[in-house]
Amino acid sequence: MTSRRTTLRWLIAAPAVAGLAAAGFAAEPPVREIRITARRFEYTPASITARRGETVDLLLTSEDRIHGFKMPDFNLRADILPGQITTVRLMLDRTGSFAFFCDVFCGDGHEEMGGTILVEA
Amino acid sequence: MTASHDRRDFLKLAGVAGVAFASGLFAGRDGASAQDGDFHFVQFSDTHWGYSGPANPDAAHTLEKAIATVNGLSAQPDFVVFTGDLTHTTDDPKERRSRLARFKEIVAALRVKDVRFMPGEHDASLDRGEAYREFFGATHYTFDHKGVHFIALDNVSDPAAKVGDEQLAWLAADLRQRKPDDRIVVMTHRPLFDLYPQWDWATADGAKVMDLLMPFRNVEVFYGHIHQSHHHTTGHIAHHAARSLVFPLPAPGSQPKRTPLAWDAAIPYRGLGSRDIGVTAPSDYRLVDLPVAKA
Repeated sequence: MTSRRTTLRWLIAAPAVAGLAAAGFAAEPPVREIRITARRFEYTPASITARRGETVDLLLTSEDRIHGFKMPDFNLRADILPGQITTVRLMLDRTGSFAFFCDVFCGDGHEEMGGTILVEA
Repeated sequence: MTASHDRRDFLKLAGVAGVAFASGLFAGRDGASAQDGDFHFVQFSDTHWGYSGPANPDAAHTLEKAIATVNGLSAQPDFVVFTGDLTHTTDDPKERRSRLARFKEIVAALRVKDVRFMPGEHDASLDRGEAYREFFGATHYTFDHKGVHFIALDNVSDPAAKVGDEQLAWLAADLRQRKPDDRIVVMTHRPLFDLYPQWDWATADGAKVMDLLMPFRNVEVFYGHIHQSHHHTTGHIAHHAARSLVFPLPAPGSQPKRTPLAWDAAIPYRGLGSRDIGVTAPSDYRLVDLPVAKA
């Protein structure tokens, strides 16, 4: 399944991490990997819970056709292609319930294809 | 600078921007105010022919009734436009063509024979507009009418809701032939601005379209997709969304999901209809929402 890894890094935390490294602080907090599978017209899982301050890698795959992954609150979008894993790094720097959805039209049910990431304090 | 307006704000805006607006509450006047301009045209949108579901138990006949209403206007419009989602999507290419063919038969009943079409994502996104073009030709084009330059833009044949670089170059070339004070009307399916990105009510590269239009002083945009009347300005350019003929959708962000508003048997066709648009030089637009059927 994994023929290639496409990594999109959303380096909200990058300047801070670079600063810590320069100051001699080597430890980077562990990044949790969350696999999300897309197929018409759903994501699995569609509900994800995380902690504020957590950095997660979303590993996005498709079981059938091209889908989109759009999360406007984090100015984030990616294509999800069959046969590939698209990795999206997300720094969850605020609490709330944040919607994601498919933005590549995929048929009758496309409008309902979405999910949420709940970020708790 | 962008701004959205509710109806009261919009009436206030009307005095400034040269736009007057009336809802279906004024339907008894048969759109007479729109007919007072130099000319008027009617916009249909989101007919979704082929839809079947509880949000509109009369979906098979709503379009026919709306056409009868327009045919009954005391002064017929100069032309009619359909701003996309003519048909409801289907995975079956044969069925898609069957729906497009039946839609075309139904709209042939319009008394006005100058009818312009645009695709919506339900018509065109699954096959990049192939079936649509077989029935209706180009998905983007221009025409001129009584001193107004009309531009039909396609932001749906790309399933990622992009106008695309090729069409943007075509638009730029067309606009290079215009003067800054030319009267321009843009018609398209999806909003060209970020109306509510959380519900994907936007065009991925809509900002590039707006950048091209911004130097022109008299530009008006008419679109569909969101199944409700909505008015917005980007700088000096006004955008007007039309109602649907299948089911209304909720106001942007008013509920968690963009699910259709429930059909009300006591008030059938509530929130549905077409729009009569009167145009008066230099840039006055009078919008009258028409009901599906006369009360």
